[in-house]
Amino acid sequence: MVDILDLGAVEARAALHAGEISAVELASAYIAAAEETAGLNNYVALTAEHALEMAAISDARLAKGEAGLLEGVPIGVKDLFCTAGYSSTACSNILRGFTPTYESTVTANLWREGGVMLGKLNCDEFAMGSANETSAYGPAINPWQTADGTDLVPGGSSGGSASAVAARSALLATGTDTGGSIRQPAAFCGVVGLKPTYGRCSRWGIIAFASSLDQAGPFSRNVADNALMMQAMSGFDPKDSTSADVPLQDLSAAVMMGVKGMKIGIPSEYVINGMDPEVTTIWQHGQDWLRAAGAELVDISLPHTRYALPAYYIIAPAEASSNLARYDGVRYGKRVEADSLDEMYALTRAEGFGEEVQRRIMIGTYVLSAGYYDAYYLKAQRVRRLIRNDFDTAFETVDAILTPATPSAAFPVGRKVDDPVTNFLNDVFTVPANLAGLPGMAVPAGMNGDGLPLGLQLLARPFDEATLYAAGQVLEDAAGFVANPTRRAGGV
Amino acid sequence: MSVDKTTVTKIARLARIHVSDERRQAIATELNGILSWVDELNEVNTDNVEPLASVTGHSLPMREDVVTDGDRIDDVLANVPETKGGFFVVPKVVE
Amino acid sequence: MTSNLVSGATGDWEVVIGLEVHAQVFSNAKLFSGASATFGADPNQNVSLVDAAMPGMLPVINRECVRQAVRTGLGLKAKINLVSVFDRKNYFYADLPQGYQISQFKQPIVGEGMLSIDLPDGSSRDIGIERLHLEQDAGKSMHDQHPSKSYIDLNRTGVALMEIVSRPDMRSSIDAVAYVRKLRSILRYMGTCDGNMEEGSLRADVNVSVRRPGEALGTRTETKNLNSLRFIQQAIDFEVVRQIEVLEDGGEIDQETRLFDTTTGTTRTMRSKEDAHDYRYFPDPDLLPLVISQDEVDELAAALPELPDQIKDRLTDNYGLSAYDAAVITDERETALFYEAASHGHDRKLVANWMTVELFGALNKSGQTLAECKVTPESLGGLVELISNGTISGKIAKDVFAVMFKTGRDAASIIEERGLKQVSDSGVIEALIDAVIAANEDKVAEYRAGKEKLFGFFVGQVMKQSGGQANPGIVNQILRTRLDG
Ligand SMILES: [Mg+2]
Ligand SMILES: [Zn+2]
Repeated sequence: MVDILDLGAVEARAALHAGEISAVELASAYIAAAEETAGLNNYVALTAEHALEMAAISDARLAKGEAGLLEGVPIGVKDLFCTAGYSSTACSNILRGFTPTYESTVTANLWREGGVMLGKLNCDEFAMGSANETSAYGPAINPWQTADGTDLVPGGSSGGSASAVAARSALLATGTDTGGSIRQPAAFCGVVGLKPTYGRCSRWGIIAFASSLDQAGPFSRNVADNALMMQAMSGFDPKDSTSADVPLQDLSAAVMMGVKGMKIGIPSEYVINGMDPEVTTIWQHGQDWLRAAGAELVDISLPHTRYALPAYYIIAPAEASSNLARYDGVRYGKRVEADSLDEMYALTRAEGFGEEVQRRIMIGTYVLSAGYYDAYYLKAQRVRRLIRNDFDTAFETVDAILTPATPSAAFPVGRKVDDPVTNFLNDVFTVPANLAGLPGMAVPAGMNGDGLPLGLQLLARPFDEATLYAAGQVLEDAAGFVANPTRRAGGV
Repeated sequence: MSVDKTTVTKIARLARIHVSDERRQAIATELNGILSWVDELNEVNTDNVEPLASVTGHSLPMREDVVTDGDRIDDVLANVPETKGGFFVVPKVVE
Repeated sequence: MTSNLVSGATGDWEVVIGLEVHAQVFSNAKLFSGASATFGADPNQNVSLVDAAMPGMLPVINRECVRQAVRTGLGLKAKINLVSVFDRKNYFYADLPQGYQISQFKQPIVGEGMLSIDLPDGSSRDIGIERLHLEQDAGKSMHDQHPSKSYIDLNRTGVALMEIVSRPDMRSSIDAVAYVRKLRSILRYMGTCDGNMEEGSLRADVNVSVRRPGEALGTRTETKNLNSLRFIQQAIDFEVVRQIEVLEDGGEIDQETRLFDTTTGTTRTMRSKEDAHDYRYFPDPDLLPLVISQDEVDELAAALPELPDQIKDRLTDNYGLSAYDAAVITDERETALFYEAASHGHDRKLVANWMTVELFGALNKSGQTLAECKVTPESLGGLVELISNGTISGKIAKDVFAVMFKTGRDAASIIEERGLKQVSDSGVIEALIDAVIAANEDKVAEYRAGKEKLFGFFVGQVMKQSGGQANPGIVNQILRTRLDG
C-alpha cells in the first residue's frame, strides 16, 4: 500500500469516500508528519487536538453522505489568516499572543467544505520577504537540500506553506501572494501554487500587507488538487469591497481541457541578466511541451516589465505603512509601557516590528509624505497602468503567457546580502501579475544540476483561472516531476 | 532627493517607530539605495497616463443601513493589553 | 460690508471667517461597519471589529450614508459628483484605531454649492460652499478619569460624518452664527443630521483671519470642535480681538490650530503641535471609487422636502409676512409645518404674530418644545379666527391663550365657559360710557379744556367696567362722539 502521505487531495478524497481511510487516520498521519519534520520550522503552531476533532466530524459527515468538497483533507494555514481561537500573528512579535475571535472568510470556506485545520504555518513577517527569513519565529526551511546538505530557504513569504506541502506535513496549504509570495516559494519547493485573480478570494480576516495587491491562494502537490482547493476557498464575499462577484469556472473540468489550439505568449522581456542558465533551459522545455500538446507559441512584448519591480516597491510599502499603523499597542498585541502615548507607540513598534518591516514602513511613509507623493506614489500608479495595459494588449492575441517562475532555484538560509534591492529581485517575474491583478500559477517543471526544483509560471486574463489549470496540467504531465525532497516526512 | 539623518528622524516620527541615533545613518543609506533604484521609473514617460489605484474594474458595492454588528465588548476587548471599566487604557494624552 | 469693519487702535480691520462643519449623518449604522450609530451606549458597546481595527477587518460602505450626503448636497444647491474617491488620512491618535481616518480628499462626493443666511436685520446673504465630503468620526478620549491614563471609547469611531466646508465669505461672528443656524436648519429639514449640538452631532471648526480692508487675506487660525452657537460666537470674537492686538503690536499670527476653553471663552494654542501634520493622503485600497447614477440623484432630488428658503419665500411673497417673522417661523421644519396648519384659512399675518410672540414666548418660559406643547395648530388657528371676527379682543385672547397653553382646550370652549365673549352691542357700551362720564365730570371738563391725553383714561375705565369684554373699537368710536360732540 502507498504511504498515506503520498495521496494527493483528489486521491485522498476518493479514498475517504470509498472508506479505505478515515479522516482521523489521515489527520493523525499528518500530525505525526508535522512532528517528524518539526526541524523545518514550517509550523508556528500545530493544532493537533483541533485537527482530530475536525477529522472526527468529517468522518461522521462522510458516513452520512454529507461530505463537502474537501471533507477530511488536512490543511495548513499561513499565519497571516485569522483563525478563531487560534493564535494569528503574521509571524510578527507585535502580534505575539493575539488570538482572534473571528475566522477569515477563506479559511471559513475551507472548513465549511470539510477541510481539517492542522495548524498555522510560518511566513515572512507581515508577508514581507521572499525567503521566509524575516519571520519572528525564525526561518522556515526548504525540505529540498543540495547534495552537501545545506539548508535552503523555502522562498517567501508563504515559505512555511510551500515547505509543509512539499515535506508532506500538510496535504494542502493556504498562502497569500502580494508580489509573488505563493508562486516563488512554490517554485523553490517544487509544488503547485496559484495566485488567483485579484478579487477571487476574500481578503476579509487576512492580515493585510498591501491591500491592492494581496490575494490568497492554494498550495498543493499537483494541479488537480490545486483546482479542488481553489474551488473550495474562493468566492464572492460582501464583507470585502474588492471581492469580485464573478462565477468561478469549473476548474476540475479545466484540468482535463488540454491546450490544443491555445495561443501561449512568450514575453521577450523575461530574459534577464543574471538569470540561471538552467532556468532558461526549463523555460524552453515548457515551450516545447506546450507546443507538443497542440498550443501555438507566440512571441510577445510586455515592454514595461522591468519597471514592475520598482513600482511595486513604492506601492506595496506605501499601502503597508498605512495598513500597519493599527499595530500600536492599544487594542491587541504587544505593548511597551511608557509615560506618554507617543513614546508607547514608538517603542512598541520599534520592538514589535522586525527590521524588514520597519524598513518598508519607512519607505512607504516617505513616498507618501508631503512633497514626494507625486514623484513616487503617483508615478508608480501611472506605471502600474502601463503594466496593466501591456497585459491587456498581449491578451488580445494570446490566451496565456509562459515565463520562468523565479530567476534561480532556492538559495541557502542566511545568505548575506548587503543591498536590500538584491533580495527584491526574487520577485522579478511574479510582481507584474500582482500589479495587473492577473491570475498566475507556478508549476514545478524540473530540476537544476544541484537537484533542486525549478518552476514555470503561467499567467492568464483576469478571472480565467481555468486556462491556467488546463495549461498547468499539461506542463505537469509533460515534466513528470516527482516531488520527493530529502527532508520529507514518511517515504522510504 | 537624498535621505539624510534628519529625514529619517522625520519619517520615524511620522511612522511612530523609535530609531536609535546610531541606526539613523544606516537607515538613511538603505533608504537611499532603494530610492535611487526606484528612480528608474523616471525613464518611463507617463504623461497623460491615469494612475491605476485598483484593478477590479467594478465600483464600490454598498450595504443596507441595518445594524448587524456591535454589542460584542468581549470580542473587542479580548486581546487588549490594558482595560478599565470597558474602556481601552493608554498613557495620558496631553492636548 | 463696511458696517462689519472692526476698529482697532490703528484703524479699521476686516474679519474673514470660513467654517468647516462636521455633521453626523442621520443613519442607523456606521459608515463602514454594521455597528449602531446611536449616541449614549455603554463604553465600546457600539463597536464592531471593523471599528476597533482588528487585523484583517475591511470596510463596506453604508448606502444610506451616501444618499444622505447627496440629499444634503442637493439642499445646498451643490454639484453632486457621480464619481468620488475615499482616501486615507494617516495620523496616530489614541481614538483613531486604524491609524488613519477614511475621508475624501481629492474627489469629494459633493462640490460647490451655496447657502443663504438670514441676518438679524431681516436681510439675507449668500455664503459659498466649497465642498461636502463623507468621512469617519473618531472615538472619544477621556483624560480626567485617572491621573496618568486616558480612557478610550470607540462608540463614535466610524460613525458617518459630512464635513461641510464653506468659502471664507463670512465677515463677523454674527454671520458665522447665522450660517451654522441655517445649515443646521437645512440638515434638520432634510433629516440628514439631527443637528444636536450638545451631543456633538454638529461641530464647527472656525477659521479666522483679519486684514486691512481691501488687502490680501491674513494668516488664519483654526479653532476646533465648537459645539454650540454661543461658543462659535465667543471663539470668533476672542480671536478677532487677539489677532488685531497681535498685529497692531507689530506681531505676526501663527497659522495654527487652537483650542477653545468653554469656561473662560478664550482660545489657546494646542500644546501637542510639536510636529507639523503630514497626513499622507492616498486612495484607500480597501475601497473602490464610489459611483452613483444620475438617476439616483434625480430620484433623491424629486423626494426632497420643501426647504426653509422656499417656504420663507412663500411666507413673505404670498402671505405678506415680514422677512424676520418668516425666518423665525421657518427655522425649524416643525415650526413651519405648525404654522402652515395653524394659519390655513385664517389671517396669516395674525397667526404669525401669535406664534412668534405668544406661543414661542410661552414655550421659552416653560422650557417646552413645540412637540410637547398642548396647543395644536388647529386650536391656535381657532383662537386667531375668534379675534378676527370680533368675538374676543386681543387682550382677552391672551388670557384665553394662557388657559389653552396650560390645558390644551380650545379657545371657543374656554370663552363659552368663562363668558368672555366680546361685547359689541352699542347700546350696552353706551350705557357703560354714560356711567363713566357721570362718575368723572371733573375729568370730562379737563378733557374738554384741552387735556386730550385723558382720552385713554376714559377708554380704560370703560374697558374695566366691561370686564375687558367691550369691543375696544366701538368703545373708542362712541367715546369720541360723546366727549367731543
Ligand atoms: Mg478642520
Ligand atoms: Zn473632517
